[in-house]
Amino acid sequence: MYNRVGVIGDGDSILAFKAVGMEVFAADSGEQAREWLKELSKQDFAVLFITEQYAAANEDLLQKAKTKPFPAIVAIPTSRGSTGYGLESVRKDVEKAIGADILFNRED
Amino acid sequence: MAIMRVNPTRMELKRLKNRLKTAERGHKLLKDKTDEMVRQFIIYANRNRRLRKELERELGDAMKNFVLARAVMSPCQAEEALVYPSRTVTLDCDKKSVMSVMVPSIKVSGGDGALYPYGFLSVTDEMDSSIATLNTLLVKLIELAEVEKTTNMLADEIEKNKRRVNALEHVMIPQLRETIKYIVLKLEENERGSLVRLMKVKDMIAERQ
Repeated sequence: MYNRVGVIGDGDSILAFKAVGMEVFAADSGEQAREWLKELSKQDFAVLFITEQYAAANEDLLQKAKTKPFPAIVAIPTSRGSTGYGLESVRKDVEKAIGADILFNRED
Repeated sequence: MAIMRVNPTRMELKRLKNRLKTAERGHKLLKDKTDEMVRQFIIYANRNRRLRKELERELGDAMKNFVLARAVMSPCQAEEALVYPSRTVTLDCDKKSVMSVMVPSIKVSGGDGALYPYGFLSVTDEMDSSIATLNTLLVKLIELAEVEKTTNMLADEIEKNKRRVNALEHVMIPQLRETIKYIVLKLEENERGSLVRLMKVKDMIAERQ
């Protein structure tokens, strides 16, 4: 049964998540984050949060995980703010499904 | 469009006509399915975008506060205060069906226990408030995970479905139509052939008498 929440990120960003009770996995580089991703995808994690820069470094693994119901891998901003990676991936989904970006070109 | 390699017989014709009927019906159904899926997808994508924008702002702020709160404490102190969390978040997961795509539905279930994993003596007020904020963001984070996953899976399914519709519309149905036409023409040709032959035979018999 999938019921765990994990966070992969650099030591600075993830300590905060540890305090609220998520399981955290520190990674110092994209490769290390990749190892964690592979390892944790096999376990019963329902949701994996990964910081944006590591998500961008492991784009292929994230793409592969998109079609399965679990785990849901979500990119989160770090303490240095957001790079816009997350919104970009939403935009890509819209493009993939509809064929054109019809939701994001208007500002609100 | 190439025709299929079939024997031009009545039986084959009947079979192909049935297949054409099924293909046309399937095409219509799949097209309707795509329409509805796109409608649902747009709702989810909008929600996803709104949630993400909100969360990125709030989470960014919360993390900044956290880093600041940590900065006024010594690293050892901060580590000591936070390294053993007093609660663990557990989730309640289920699958639900959106247009027969099985998507996860995730709710926070566990996570009771004291909010702060440390004593108040050594830890600053800022740390308390930043952890409280993070805790309220937790539910939203999980909701974002659920919505984002749903969006991903719907997008994937819509793409697949479009392929199916296109294959039916541009390959299968024209092919079936052409093959049916070919068989009809062939059968008519055969009929004319045998008619002519009969007339010829009749003439020959009449001549002999």
